[in-house]
Amino acid sequence: MSSDSTYESYYVPHNSPLPIFASLGLFLTVYGGGSLLNEIQSGSGGNFGTTVFAMGGLIMATTLFFWFSKVIEENNAKMYSQQMNKSFVWGMSWFIFSEVMFFAAFFGALFYVRFWVVDWIGEADDVVGGRGPSSMIWPDYVPEWPLLNNPNPEQFPAPAGVIGAWGLPLVNTLLLVASSFTVTLAHHAINDGERKKIVGWLMVTIALGLAFLVCQGVEYYEAYTHYGLTLSSGIFGSTFFMLTGFHGAHVTIGTIMLIVMLGRAMKGHFTKTDCFGFEAAAWYWHFVDVVWLLLFILVYILGT
Amino acid sequence: MSAVIENHHDDHHHGPDKGLMRWVLTTNHKDIGTLYLWFSFAMFLTGGCMALVIRAELFQPGLQLVVPEFFNQMTTMHGLIMVFGAVMPAFVGLANWLVPMMIGAPDMALPRMNNYSFWILPFAFSMLLSTLFMEGGAPNFGWTFYAPLSTEYAPPSVTFFIFAVHLMGISSIMGSINVVVTILNLRAPGMRLMDMPLFVWTWLITAYLLIAVMPVLAGVVTMMLMDIHFGTAFFSAGGGGDPVLFQHVFWFFGHPEVYIMILPAFGIVSAIIPTFARKKLFGYDSMVYATASIAFLSFIVWAHHMFTVGMPIAGELYFMYATMLIAVPTGVKVFNWAATMWQGSMTFETPMLFAVAFVILFTIGGLSGLMLSIVPADFQYHDTYFVVAHFHYVLVPGSIFSIMAAAYYWLPKWTGNMYDETLGKTHFWLSFVGVNVTFFPQHFIGLAGMPRRYPDYALQFADWNMVSSVGAFIFGFSQLLFLFIVIKCIMGGKKATDEVWDGAEGLEWTIASPAPYHTFSTPPELPERSMA
Repeated sequence: MSSDSTYESYYVPHNSPLPIFASLGLFLTVYGGGSLLNEIQSGSGGNFGTTVFAMGGLIMATTLFFWFSKVIEENNAKMYSQQMNKSFVWGMSWFIFSEVMFFAAFFGALFYVRFWVVDWIGEADDVVGGRGPSSMIWPDYVPEWPLLNNPNPEQFPAPAGVIGAWGLPLVNTLLLVASSFTVTLAHHAINDGERKKIVGWLMVTIALGLAFLVCQGVEYYEAYTHYGLTLSSGIFGSTFFMLTGFHGAHVTIGTIMLIVMLGRAMKGHFTKTDCFGFEAAAWYWHFVDVVWLLLFILVYILGT
Repeated sequence: MSAVIENHHDDHHHGPDKGLMRWVLTTNHKDIGTLYLWFSFAMFLTGGCMALVIRAELFQPGLQLVVPEFFNQMTTMHGLIMVFGAVMPAFVGLANWLVPMMIGAPDMALPRMNNYSFWILPFAFSMLLSTLFMEGGAPNFGWTFYAPLSTEYAPPSVTFFIFAVHLMGISSIMGSINVVVTILNLRAPGMRLMDMPLFVWTWLITAYLLIAVMPVLAGVVTMMLMDIHFGTAFFSAGGGGDPVLFQHVFWFFGHPEVYIMILPAFGIVSAIIPTFARKKLFGYDSMVYATASIAFLSFIVWAHHMFTVGMPIAGELYFMYATMLIAVPTGVKVFNWAATMWQGSMTFETPMLFAVAFVILFTIGGLSGLMLSIVPADFQYHDTYFVVAHFHYVLVPGSIFSIMAAAYYWLPKWTGNMYDETLGKTHFWLSFVGVNVTFFPQHFIGLAGMPRRYPDYALQFADWNMVSSVGAFIFGFSQLLFLFIVIKCIMGGKKATDEVWDGAEGLEWTIASPAPYHTFSTPPELPERSMA
């Protein structure tokens, strides 16, 4: 070893069977999922797809469980240096950046449709004089947002109405913003080493997250049953459900992360200097919160 | 130093395992780099065979060998496999091998995730290739998979295509996060960002681009999936959506993607030319800034792929001028390479031949790109063979040549043996002639109006198509020579010295040839500031 006595060795794990199982699990999940979708479309059962999909999901979940357990175990065995910790911090930050860009694609689609497409389909054509050619195909189309008269209502039956911003969505906003505060309080509790408070605030955060998901479920139920607002009710439904749906999926993932952190906190993990797992989950939670605020403003307030 | 850490340290010096499981379970950056490079080469030959089917069909006008439906599947799969299976994994493989050695790191920052990134790919491409045998055939809508061709009118296998793209995206994002974290966190103490070799710099920026745009690609294929299976209306005007929306989202990914395929090439050429010109790279700082500028501009020029789609005139003008701006930083790079060679003591070993050919032929591709950026001219060129010629000039004698240059340049370090120089030069000249004979005539037939993606053409295009097909077969088969040279070099040959090339600079040349299984388990002392 070199004379540099401050240097800590960077942990490079030896061979690991985890990644190949994760690859296999991921592959079976998407292959099964794809088969299932195609089987549904061609009306041929769906047994094969469901089986493969379930197998893949099971392998994936099991592998991830063992993978994260392994990392936690190695961390508790003090095999990670400060430098390793920094790798995790950078890794999680860039992962969240990639998630931001994923949502950006859908927000971009919403922006493009609202600002241009809605008008282009129905707008007056300056060159030809009068309305554009689409008005000849779709005379009943009304260019307004939210779209309540789709260009082709036979293929895409328009909704009777949309979810207003100031009911459940407002409640959801309060729930998520509150949960961002409580997760920060849990972080402060870690810094102060107050075990009971860590567990308590994490439980409150998880409860808020679950309450959000329940409200979201109620809201979707209302949309489908009372308004006829569905995935296939035209571009408003498409953007609405894709944005809020992917957000909901991320809240679910974030809640699972927090539940894992709750379990770890109960087992006595996390100190002021060693709590990366918790911090990663908290960053993810804040990210989910920020996306919701954007959704609340762009989809609900300005969109309905 | 404590005994515990000493033990860990010793633990690092186990050698590779034996047998197949070494490759399946490995967390070693050199093993994973090798896996990526072999995978890439396999895909290169697979995609190449598809290209030869295309060129064989186009050898003469009329339909000879394949039905048009299959021809469409070939053009689609050729593009997808070359972009996502050949070029991108090759660069990731090079990054795996070289980045830790160039910055004095013990391995990639997250070694298990590194293995995961690789092993997703064989699954993804098996799934993509299996679509060829499915009912309705493989994807046939072109590698750009424009909606509604890829949604309403697509074969059922499009579902598997979508999931294959998802897998490739997951692999790319994890691989890129690994590269970024390695570069930002694992540099040898004292190596500042502006001390890094340019290959490391270009990969840092490439990885950033990948993390930024692969999720957008995931977004656009997800919208397709929803349109196909769940009745959404993203790309359907009947529901208030717009097929043009597809093109915007796709090219927001697609344009950075083409720079993802060229920036690491810039890094490779910036390593090779100074070595064989025996001079320091001219304008290191400006190279870094030019790379960053190109990356930034790549985000704001996407709609130049869509000039004929019917955009507002203000949009056309903006995208035209923004696109032309890219010529400035790219020009900086080309002039820097020329200035590096100026009055150098040049020798022309195989890597240098490929690197010099890169500079010249990539520039041709860049200039035809400048022609395409002019809106009124693009109205003429759009979807003709001129476009095909343009992007093949930047991808084949651009990206692919740089990968081959890199292979020859670093093979002695990887294997400990020198490759056969005579065979290497033969491979270069065959490739050089083959590439130009294939793609240069496509400029002419494109300007004369031959559209791309058709299995048949009017008689006036016959002569140049025949020439082009002959060139394609020369280029294609000469790659078997490359395979032979690489295998020969792995099996044996003249022993390489540690420095390998007498003008080479960089940490990777300070370690033994072949590079030991584990390098820089403790960070190296940097010789002096001017080192990197």
